[in-house]
Amino acid sequence: MTTLAFDASADPILQRRTEIQRVAAASLKRRKRSSRIAIGVCWAFLGIAIVPLVAVVAYVVVKGLPAWNVDFFTKSTVPEGIPGGGVWNAIVGTAEIGLIATAVTVPVGLLCGLFLAESDGRIAGAIRFTADVMTGVPSITIGIFGYIAIVITVSGGHYSALAGAFAIGIIMLPVIMRAGETAIRGVPNHLNEAALALGARNATVARRVVVPAAMPGIITGVLLAVARGLGETAPLLLTIFGNQFLQWNPTKPMEALPLVIYNYSSQPYADLLQIAWGAALLLMVVVLVLSIGSRVLAAVLQKERR
Amino acid sequence: MTTDDNPLPGGARRGSRFALPNSAYRAILGAVAAVFVGLVGWFLVSIVLKAQPAFSTLGFSWIVQKTWDPTHDKFGLLPFILGTIETTAIALVLAVPIGLGTALALAYLVPHRLRAGLSTTVELLAAVPSVVYGLWGLLVLAPLYRDYVEPFLTTVLGWTGLFDGTDQGVGLLLAGSILFVMILPTMVAISRDVLAVVPNEQVEGAMALGATRWQVLRKVVVPGARTGILGGFTLATGRALGETVAVALVIGNSNYIAHSLKSPAATLPSLIVNNFGEATGTELSALFGAGLVLLVIGVGVNALARVLVRNVASTGGAASVAVA
Amino acid sequence: MIEPTTPPPVAEGVALDTAQVLLDPPLGEPVMSLRDVTVAFAGRNAVRDVSFDVNGGEITALIGPSGSGKTTLLRALNRMHDTVRTASVTGSVMLGETDVYAGSTDPTLLRSRVGMVFQRPNPFPTMSIYENTVAGLRFNGVRKKPLLDEAAESALVAAALWDSVRDRLKAHASTLSGGEQQRLCIARALAVEPEVLLMDEPTSALDPIATKRIEELVGELKHRVTIVIVTHNMQQAMRVSDRCAFLLMGDDKAGELIEFGPTARLFSEPSDQRTLDYVNGRFG
Repeated sequence: MTTLAFDASADPILQRRTEIQRVAAASLKRRKRSSRIAIGVCWAFLGIAIVPLVAVVAYVVVKGLPAWNVDFFTKSTVPEGIPGGGVWNAIVGTAEIGLIATAVTVPVGLLCGLFLAESDGRIAGAIRFTADVMTGVPSITIGIFGYIAIVITVSGGHYSALAGAFAIGIIMLPVIMRAGETAIRGVPNHLNEAALALGARNATVARRVVVPAAMPGIITGVLLAVARGLGETAPLLLTIFGNQFLQWNPTKPMEALPLVIYNYSSQPYADLLQIAWGAALLLMVVVLVLSIGSRVLAAVLQKERR
Repeated sequence: MTTDDNPLPGGARRGSRFALPNSAYRAILGAVAAVFVGLVGWFLVSIVLKAQPAFSTLGFSWIVQKTWDPTHDKFGLLPFILGTIETTAIALVLAVPIGLGTALALAYLVPHRLRAGLSTTVELLAAVPSVVYGLWGLLVLAPLYRDYVEPFLTTVLGWTGLFDGTDQGVGLLLAGSILFVMILPTMVAISRDVLAVVPNEQVEGAMALGATRWQVLRKVVVPGARTGILGGFTLATGRALGETVAVALVIGNSNYIAHSLKSPAATLPSLIVNNFGEATGTELSALFGAGLVLLVIGVGVNALARVLVRNVASTGGAASVAVA
Repeated sequence: MIEPTTPPPVAEGVALDTAQVLLDPPLGEPVMSLRDVTVAFAGRNAVRDVSFDVNGGEITALIGPSGSGKTTLLRALNRMHDTVRTASVTGSVMLGETDVYAGSTDPTLLRSRVGMVFQRPNPFPTMSIYENTVAGLRFNGVRKKPLLDEAAESALVAAALWDSVRDRLKAHASTLSGGEQQRLCIARALAVEPEVLLMDEPTSALDPIATKRIEELVGELKHRVTIVIVTHNMQQAMRVSDRCAFLLMGDDKAGELIEFGPTARLFSEPSDQRTLDYVNGRFG
């Protein structure tokens, strides 16, 4: 500590400064140690977080890859106990449901997104809020809706891929709406205004100027929505029922990858479990490719713009 | 750009370019938006209508009865409501500190070169389908829990009374753990986003006053991001509450109230998904009722989350990805 | 006002993470000394070979056109470049008997002795006015309420804020105007009772009236702390400072010290032609 040759107690500022420096020096070790420990804990948590996430991916890859043989991709599912078999019918089902859902949801969602982007009123605000909330609603309740709406009301009790596509579509719709709106709002105003100043009608401006300009954001949003839709299981469980055989007709029950995984996972037969892992790997790869692809695409299209 | 030279009556132009008059354009957009609203309305109405028979037969109190026994016409949702809350609680108790710590590490501690890559990886994991987590949980984690984790926890924490019963692997604890792993990417992604955009001048201001690194993070950075963090937390809660297949696979599916963390249990979603196929009559209606209760809870939590996250997600960052 | 006295003898060889308290600005004595200070980022010099003394109880201004390295140099004085990976600071900076850049000097403790006010007001938005003012004290481990209150009041008085905020200390800092927020930041820095206060263009984000109030404030503060101020406004430097260091970017794109001396002399009869050109407004 310091030694002062005279009495500093007369001046309050000096007194305070001396006291503050004393406290600061005395507490320094403790403060630094607390900081080191707390930061160490953060690092530890980072490690803890990474372990299960990496483990999931690693296990799926390691256990799923051996399942990927020719049969896996070309044969349909077989009942337990019978060897061989694959998930071809499930792949077809997932693809078909995804395509139908996307084909209907994208135009509807984009038009809604356009509506929202061009409106700032209270009704638009309420719709926007509703869409946001809908993206988080439990997917099983949407499955229930699909069951009530299509399986019961429309089909009179028959499960079908269409019901599944309906449910998946309801899940995808608000996502595309909001992504579309965000992308369209992101288009710089001067493009819009220039076109209008030239005398073009709103519809034309939208079709030829704004939507093309918003394409990167729109495509990203659509790809992410599809990735989400393909991975949903609960809605499918209540609507498509599953189908042991290859089925192309969407009005009939169909198989799908998430369904296969779910059904096989509680089976005691090793070959079915193997197929479940393989299907999980396939599903995960598709979803990740779509997610990564959407980012890459967005980045590439952004660069081209500059 | 198209121009409107020589327009025909009705707004159509000659030739192959058809430009809608503005009023028709607005009308079409409005109609499609109305379709969306109609769908949501149909959704709500249909579930309420299908659940209604259960309420008229059983009254309202059945929601909090604790016996679910269709063969004796007894229906009660309490075990499942509790199961839903308990699994979510376990997930949150783990996800909040670990998620926040991870987010802080990603935003401020990890070397700059690695930040973008690691953050993207965590965000991508939010997209992994829940059924994959369920499969992994059942086939990989459940044996681990049965043979190592649960015995260990029972030895160390058995005195709390939370760890009675046999080590089965599947049960409340495993379900909560799987939910934790599933909501972690969401929690981390959103928190990291808001933590990283706390203005640098705040950080510098604190540093210049003599704050240690942790003091800067704890007293300036985290409080500055607290609204967004809360929003992320609420979104994660919403996802955990509604999760169906992953939980159904690992929770053991017992229709009774769980008395310990190791007990098998069930949640509202798992109840519905397990019994929907064969249910008829009052049971089916009760299941619709369970769906309605779940919907109310889910909508409530998500609406709250949206109010909090609204400002964050509109910047189009990871928040919107992790949510989508 | 404090009478100038000779600096007290301080114990030598003491563990250097113990603060060595200097007296209230010993007028005319150097409290900080820079010798051949060079700051480089990723190998490229931003400012080089700067040497001058900062005297106690005075206001020393760093002036020069943009890009001349004034702010970079200022931030080297309280080791703000420590967190920048690519930064390297060479040369010597002494605060009294303490070598600022010695391995044994703790930067956290250093910053309790050398405070900083930034260009744009940066009060902590989630804290109240009171909490902002005592934030620095709390960071340094001070917990006793009487000391916190006393320091806060003294600092807010010195920053000419006390009268307007004394009844709303719990209000959020964001309820203050821009000029008031900057004065809050000054109070926050003062509450820790630093020996030196670094100010980085503190008025450039403020309107003329707020600027004037802060200039008056700074003039009064020099009796309490030694001040080093960066300003790109020549008139401000003339009005406020006792001594000036004029920096200019050289051919190697690094700032260098062209001239250092009493303000009056620098502005009326500078030794260097470049200084003369600058103060006559011929560039910058």
